[in-house]
Amino acid sequence: MGDRPGPASGALEPKVRRDALVLGVAVGVFGMSFGVLATTAGLSVAQACVMSLLVFTGASQFAVVGILASGGSLASAFSSALLLAARNAAYGVALAPTFARRGSSEASHSSGRPGRGLGRRLLAAQLVIDETTAMATAQSERAAREQAFWITGIAVFVCWNVSTAVGAVAGDAIGDPQAFGLDAAFPAGYAALAVPHLASRAGRVAAASGVIIALVLVPIAPAGVPIVAAAAGVLPALFVPRKPTEGADA
Amino acid sequence: MSWPALLALGASAYALKALGLIVLGPRSAGGRLLQMAGLLPAALLPALVAVNAFAGDRRLVLDARAVGLAVALIAIWRRAPFVVVVVSAAAATALVRLVA
Repeated sequence: MGDRPGPASGALEPKVRRDALVLGVAVGVFGMSFGVLATTAGLSVAQACVMSLLVFTGASQFAVVGILASGGSLASAFSSALLLAARNAAYGVALAPTFARRGSSEASHSSGRPGRGLGRRLLAAQLVIDETTAMATAQSERAAREQAFWITGIAVFVCWNVSTAVGAVAGDAIGDPQAFGLDAAFPAGYAALAVPHLASRAGRVAAASGVIIALVLVPIAPAGVPIVAAAAGVLPALFVPRKPTEGADA
Repeated sequence: MSWPALLALGASAYALKALGLIVLGPRSAGGRLLQMAGLLPAALLPALVAVNAFAGDRRLVLDARAVGLAVALIAIWRRAPFVVVVVSAAAATALVRLVA
């Protein structure tokens, strides 16, 4: 995640493809870990695979199986998963201009293919996650953004689902995922994914607040609640004044 | 976990994505709500990192995962690729558990 795609140029696509492949392989580590953890938490192999296909949000899926495995209630697992998935709604808002048709929506109707734009967006919606948002918003032009979104989305979707199946099936054969340090791969990966969000002062305030809230609640709240409550970390960040130059070096 | 619960979760997760991309996105121009939504990952991702690295059974613990996270943070600081960050953290944690 260290090297961001540069400004748009003719040689953009190979770099996007390479970064997307790296992301896909890295996501595969998580997918395998998820498959193992899901079956450990009591899900069947089919349930683990269907969850990766339908939910397709790593943080939410890990939260569900993590809370169920630690004896948490289904309600706690759901609320935590959906709050973690709520950021995808925010990502969707940020990505909406990328999928806006040039010109008016009436134009697509008069072209004789009504709803084609909507169909694309309904398909794209399933791919709105951390990785696609990070890769797409790093591009400077709309067409490049959409291209980066689809390349990354397809790479991550394929890798996530294939590796989930492998992890779920091989889980028993692999044995304890902790022996391979797979539980540490999770916080490590999310630390890397969090870096772009720390570019602004408001982001850093939100991060520090979220971490403090979560760690304070770990000893006193049921599993899942600390992460849910960490969302309140955005509140103090709203009062951080923006520097006019902020974002230029991000 | 039951199948109806699993399918309901999948539908809810998709609804949230579609809500942003198809319903709210084309209609929102800016404002406080958008700013809050944009900051949500900044608050949630580091909290996830902290909980998954330091949470035990209703208590905070310092174990092999902390070593993995430390290695990951060094790798991130050195601008290592994502896959190096993830694999080195897992390897370091596995190594500590092997030795301990």
